[in-house]
Amino acid sequence: MTDVITMTGVVKRFGRTTALDGLDLTVAEGEVLGFLGPNGAGKTTTLRVLLGLLRIDAGTVTVLGMDPWRDAVALHRRLAYVPGDVSLWPNLTGGEVIDLLGRLRGGLNEKRRGELIAMFDLDPTKKTRTYSKGNRQKVALIAAMSSDVELLLLDEPTAGLDPLMESMFRGVIGDWRGEGRSVLLSSHILSEAEALSDRLSIIRDGRVVETGTLAQMRHLRRTSVTAELRGTVELADLTGVHDVVHDGSRITCQVDATALDAVLQRLSAAGIESLTTTPPSLEQLFLQHYGSSGP
Amino acid sequence: MSRFTGTRTLTRFALRRDRLLLPAWIVVFPLFTVSSAAATMALYPDAASRIVAASAVNDVPVAVALYGRIWDPTSLGALSLLKLAAMGGVMIGILAIMLVTRHARAEEERGRTELIGATVVGSWAALSAAMIVTGIAMLSIGVLSALGLTIVGLPAMGSWVFGLSWAVTGMAFASVSAVTNQLTTSARAANALALVALAVTYLLRAIGDVLGDASGPAVWSWLSPIGWGQQVRPYAGDRLAILLVPVLFSFALLALAFVLASRRDLGAGLLPDRPGRASAPPGLRTPIALAWRLQYPMLLGWLAAYAILGAVIGSIVNDLGSMMDTPQAQQMIQALGGTDVLLDAVVAMEFSILAFVTAAYGIVATRRLATEEESGHAEVLLATSVSRARFTASHLVIALIGTTLLTLTQGATFALASAAHTGQSDRIGATIGAAVAYLPAVWLLTGLVVLLFGVAPRLTFIAWIALVGFLLVSELGVLLDWPSWVLDASPFTHVPRLPAADMTWTPLVVLLVLTAALVAGGIARFRARDLSTP
Repeated sequence: MTDVITMTGVVKRFGRTTALDGLDLTVAEGEVLGFLGPNGAGKTTTLRVLLGLLRIDAGTVTVLGMDPWRDAVALHRRLAYVPGDVSLWPNLTGGEVIDLLGRLRGGLNEKRRGELIAMFDLDPTKKTRTYSKGNRQKVALIAAMSSDVELLLLDEPTAGLDPLMESMFRGVIGDWRGEGRSVLLSSHILSEAEALSDRLSIIRDGRVVETGTLAQMRHLRRTSVTAELRGTVELADLTGVHDVVHDGSRITCQVDATALDAVLQRLSAAGIESLTTTPPSLEQLFLQHYGSSGP
Repeated sequence: MSRFTGTRTLTRFALRRDRLLLPAWIVVFPLFTVSSAAATMALYPDAASRIVAASAVNDVPVAVALYGRIWDPTSLGALSLLKLAAMGGVMIGILAIMLVTRHARAEEERGRTELIGATVVGSWAALSAAMIVTGIAMLSIGVLSALGLTIVGLPAMGSWVFGLSWAVTGMAFASVSAVTNQLTTSARAANALALVALAVTYLLRAIGDVLGDASGPAVWSWLSPIGWGQQVRPYAGDRLAILLVPVLFSFALLALAFVLASRRDLGAGLLPDRPGRASAPPGLRTPIALAWRLQYPMLLGWLAAYAILGAVIGSIVNDLGSMMDTPQAQQMIQALGGTDVLLDAVVAMEFSILAFVTAAYGIVATRRLATEEESGHAEVLLATSVSRARFTASHLVIALIGTTLLTLTQGATFALASAAHTGQSDRIGATIGAAVAYLPAVWLLTGLVVLLFGVAPRLTFIAWIALVGFLLVSELGVLLDWPSWVLDASPFTHVPRLPAADMTWTPLVVLLVLTAALVAGGIARFRARDLSTP
């Protein structure tokens, strides 16, 4: 499987601030990569670099085998982009903008356009100045997804959509991936990335700090364990066990994957009445990267 | 909580936002007024020379239409400030209209009013703040002008009356803008509507002044705020009581604006948005088609105004010969070489002034590149297969076509109206040619905008400074005896004054080459820089 996006050691500075600080990122053909990070981590800057709208100070970027800064025009025929804060021409109608952007990208699929407008419940005869943020986003999404392109770049695409539209959107992305196309989906909504992505990359302060499938990341993380015991047990001396709390016959703790086996042996030796283990959510992964209490 | 709650905070915020722009305008207007008055004063040291000059204005309908009448031929002040009474009224009107919209509708359109409206702010506060800021600007301009005019030696009473009438005229147009701000949803449309009103009032007073006589204008002038400003007659009667008319007018319109404001929703206008097309017309598939779509309404408005202006001036200008039968005027005509030569000179003067207005259109049309980038529209466009050169070319081509059409329209309507009047068609070609000769100078400023845009979109305002500079050079440079290198710095200096003067190709070719270099440089710079974020 080849990579549609490769970024290595990318540095981008704006004056004195360094927005991207040696960023590495890859997206394989046919996969959906969730690109997670808090506001200001460099997600939008990364996407604008991939589009050739910004010129990098160091590193290499290849998108669909091309240099986005030099080959922007040829490259843009093969990809579509939905900005996070969509700004449209206030005097044009939504339908006109969809057609214009599709044509400028090299043509759009009329049938798909009609289906998407119906699915997202958009009134294409309204001037875009009367649209809400969510509706402007729908316009950009429909324009992007009616185009016959290989790669989608989405910047927090569901930020303005209501829950119903969000689930529609998930369905559409699922279909899209089913056709073998690739998606880079930037988001700070963890459940969204979790539901849609094959792999995740987490960005913080302009660097990718973690990349992998959700399963791989879980492997590195702690499981939350709660047990009701008949006897007593001491766990604090085990390496890889944290935050042990005794509350009568109940014990709760956070366990690294490497220590799970040892913990379960001691618990079963003490006699288990009931046992709950919870896999780490992305929120917890996030907290570990950005929260004050890290490993 | 009253509807005005928060006005003070919003006013201070607006003043802070405009802390550079506003003082600049407040200084430029009085400076322009005082220096041009001082320059004119030096030319007419005694009453006799003033009477000759005044009759050369009052007896020439085209001059009366452009500037109005001099009500006291012996008054130095009335003569010195002639141009600033009518043209100045238009300029201050434009400033007032733009200022109000900038702080009222433009803020609302961008959604900032919504943010502020959710805090402790009354529903009339935003408009009130916009009016107060504009009022401060108008009053400062009036006071500084009055002080300056007194200092250069004009009568104090007349100077204060002039300054006050200027400020009040500005406020009348600010109130017009306050109303149009309630009608439309976009700032652009609110400005356009108010500017149309301004153009109509200018035309009304032109008609009224031409139809009137030495005792006073015809009734048309009394329907126009610019006419009111002139009828106060600074230095020529100082009829202060007439200032009440624009003051009452302003209060009435402002009250109307507040009533309208309380009847509409935030973000909405009273003129409804109609549904449009569900899909784009087949032609809307290139950046240039989009640029045309975005810009043609403005261009049509300008074309209509130019057609009317050309026709009106073209038909009046030929009355020169027949209506100038005072001995002084005849003497002047003979001295200058006969009616035809004088006509040519008037044509050249008219076209040289309008060339600056056309250049202003070119700047507005090309600066659309900057606003498209700053609003984030360019990002959407450049993420499709549109190259940066193609994007730049789109609005540039509209500016070049627009300035050409405007020049041809104005030249042709002027020439045709003039030919219809005299029954002689042999001058049509030469007259249109005289207008077209200014295009290279006009385009140089268009090219300058492209270069500035290439460096950074926020720098494109510098083109306005250049335009004002060139205008000052043309209007005052010779009068004030500025050194020749200053005069030569303006592209407009190098345009042959056709049809009176002979055609010279070299300067025009040089201007075109310079323009091409500016455009090429601008595109190269744009291709090398980051796209800026909204």
